[in-house]
Amino acid sequence: MFTHLFYTLRNFGLPVSMNEWQDLMEALEEGMAGSSLTGFYYLCRAILVKTEAHYDRFDLAFASFFKDVDTPEGLPEKIWEWLDKQLPALEATEDMKRRHRNLDLDELKRMLEERMAQQKGEHHGGNRWIGTGGTSPFGHSGYHPGGYRLGGTSQQLSAVKVAGMRRFQEFRTDETLGVRQFQLALRKLRQFTTRLEGEKTELDLNSTIDQTSKNAGRLELVWERPRQNSIKVLLLMDSGGSMTIYSRLCNQLFTAVNHSHHFKDLKIFFFHNCIYDHLYHGPECSRLECTDTEYILNTYAQDYRLIIVGDASMSPYELLEVGGIIDWHQFNDTPGLEWLKRLRHRFEYSVWLNPINKKYWDYSSGTFTIKVIRQLFPMEELTLEGLEAAVNKLKTRQATAI
Amino acid sequence: MAKKMLQYQGSSDYIVSDEMRNSVNIAMALGKPLLIKGEPGTGKTVLAQSIANALNKKLIVWNIKSTTKAQDGLYLYDTVQRLYDSQFGDGDVGNIKQYIQLGKLGEAFMAKEQLVLLIDEIDKADMEFPNDLLWELDQMSFYIPETRETITAHTRPIVIITSNAEKELPDAFLRRCIFHYIEFPSPETMEKIIRVHHPELEKKLMDQAMETFYVLRNITNIQKKPSTSELIDWLQALVVGGITPKDIKQEMPFLGVLLKKNEDLDQVLEQVYERQVNKKDKSINKTLSRFYR
Ligand SMILES: Nc1ncnc2c1ncn2[C@@H]1O[C@H](COP(=O)(O)OP(=O)(O)OP(=O)(O)O)[C@@H](O)[C@H]1O
Ligand SMILES: [Mg+2]
Repeated sequence: MFTHLFYTLRNFGLPVSMNEWQDLMEALEEGMAGSSLTGFYYLCRAILVKTEAHYDRFDLAFASFFKDVDTPEGLPEKIWEWLDKQLPALEATEDMKRRHRNLDLDELKRMLEERMAQQKGEHHGGNRWIGTGGTSPFGHSGYHPGGYRLGGTSQQLSAVKVAGMRRFQEFRTDETLGVRQFQLALRKLRQFTTRLEGEKTELDLNSTIDQTSKNAGRLELVWERPRQNSIKVLLLMDSGGSMTIYSRLCNQLFTAVNHSHHFKDLKIFFFHNCIYDHLYHGPECSRLECTDTEYILNTYAQDYRLIIVGDASMSPYELLEVGGIIDWHQFNDTPGLEWLKRLRHRFEYSVWLNPINKKYWDYSSGTFTIKVIRQLFPMEELTLEGLEAAVNKLKTRQATAI
Repeated sequence: MAKKMLQYQGSSDYIVSDEMRNSVNIAMALGKPLLIKGEPGTGKTVLAQSIANALNKKLIVWNIKSTTKAQDGLYLYDTVQRLYDSQFGDGDVGNIKQYIQLGKLGEAFMAKEQLVLLIDEIDKADMEFPNDLLWELDQMSFYIPETRETITAHTRPIVIITSNAEKELPDAFLRRCIFHYIEFPSPETMEKIIRVHHPELEKKLMDQAMETFYVLRNITNIQKKPSTSELIDWLQALVVGGITPKDIKQEMPFLGVLLKKNEDLDQVLEQVYERQVNKKDKSINKTLSRFYR
């Protein structure tokens, strides 16, 4: 039944699985769609869609599947008015159930059309016509096993109309989809402490047994500090103009890092195209909120894992020249490359993540600067695989080329 | 045979949309957990209370924190106490049962009558947390090896789970839930919600406050949009402060109640009044709030 709808949903990118599909079938058996298309719409959505980011796809798929129903020749407004009128529920007989159980949607649509042609006026009750009572599967508060009904919408809008309104477009960021995978990759960035600080809250079973035996059986509990991740992360993100097209990807990474609570410390700074005297606290790179790069070089411990995210694409002078900084009202005494070298020497565990597809590193407008920076930092693509590779590299000191 | 189904119709202290009511009823009928997402302050947590009230059932709340483990919800076995007791001869050490303490989930399973179980803010916990609960939520039972006991739910509790989307939840977990996203209330719905909390509120004051509220929500670049709960608090402040509808428009009093972040206050003041605020002082605060989270 309804398999065509299943494939329509999947074609629109909804990851509907057989589990949920079966749940939907069960719910339909129970008559939970209330036999109105509106009820059917909300039932499908509640069971099949698991994130608001997919609500819009669902609306598109639903509207497309039922599009012929919504055309003027399909279902006139009047029908929906009839459907939304409530009548007391009917007791369903076994016979009725048997007859309607295996009704499939195409069949339903065909019958609907047929009846549309025959329909002469408003109608309640009986078992042939479209109406709100009776045993027609098209009614809304009439027969469905148990008279079980889920209300229509208050605005009296048809499901297809509601779907067509695409109210959830703004959630269609697809933003969160990669976050979990990034997070899972980041989890591997762990190194357990030698337990020097913190409260002793974990029972050390082996030592307890040892001590108790030494004590001639008199219990002596030995406590240990819980294992802790000692990894500290310093994340520097390029928020320059050319990065705008990658902002979604960068946001995903940012969210993933930000929500990875297993790091001992996490510091995030932003820069514009290249790193110079200052690192900024926000992506807008405002001079009012920044920290001297020098200060970071001098005070952050050398074992911070340095992750730089940027397209490494800029004009050569931005990287190589004194005064090459792109912001016209600023000036740098030290070329950007020099700053990058200092960072690289200070933080031996470091990687550069580049959102540009690796294939284009040698052919893009930023090829020259990418090449120079790659000699300095191990560079990986900002993809799931790239991040995994980067995490592996961050576990060991990376040899410096220069 | 037609099943006699329990139906949730909302409660007097909670305004529920048709869509949400549908989702609640679908979840109850299919015996599946209902996962609720939505902006902070849109009534995710209080929904469970409303369901419990409306259906006259007890509510058990399991608040999830970053350190919560799935095991905490099942039971805790106090080995240490037992060890001590065995040394000092206190208590009946042979009776392991007395060292087993049921968690919230265990408590819900043991209840004689069906109740509502709220698992609040599931996204706060570790990423694997939801997966660790799959079996228990599916089967509504778990095994305690220490006592060789299986705890099985007498009646399947109505399970409501809320998430603020801090983490993505695992697919296997999602597949087992009915999902509902609370849309931000339209002005008409908002009016009803306000009436629940401030029945006596003067209509003019409410209209003016609502207008300001929705304008603020629509300012772009705001990091933490004010939500239902902030609006309710703000109205309270306005009433207590004896503010007139006219004042609201001209002065926007108690703006800090609506906008909790300094950045957002600045943003609004700049945009609305085109007034330059003293950034020097604020920048320190901003830096602090960013880095000491
Ligand atoms: N539909 C509603 N009807 C009545 N009151 C509501 C409604 N929605 C929200 N409120 C009120 O708003 C306040 C916040 O609700 P609640 O704590 O449930 O929000 P929440 O979504 O759980 O927020 P958070 O994500 O911050 O936990 C409560 O005081 C509640 O009474
Ligand atoms: Mg809450």
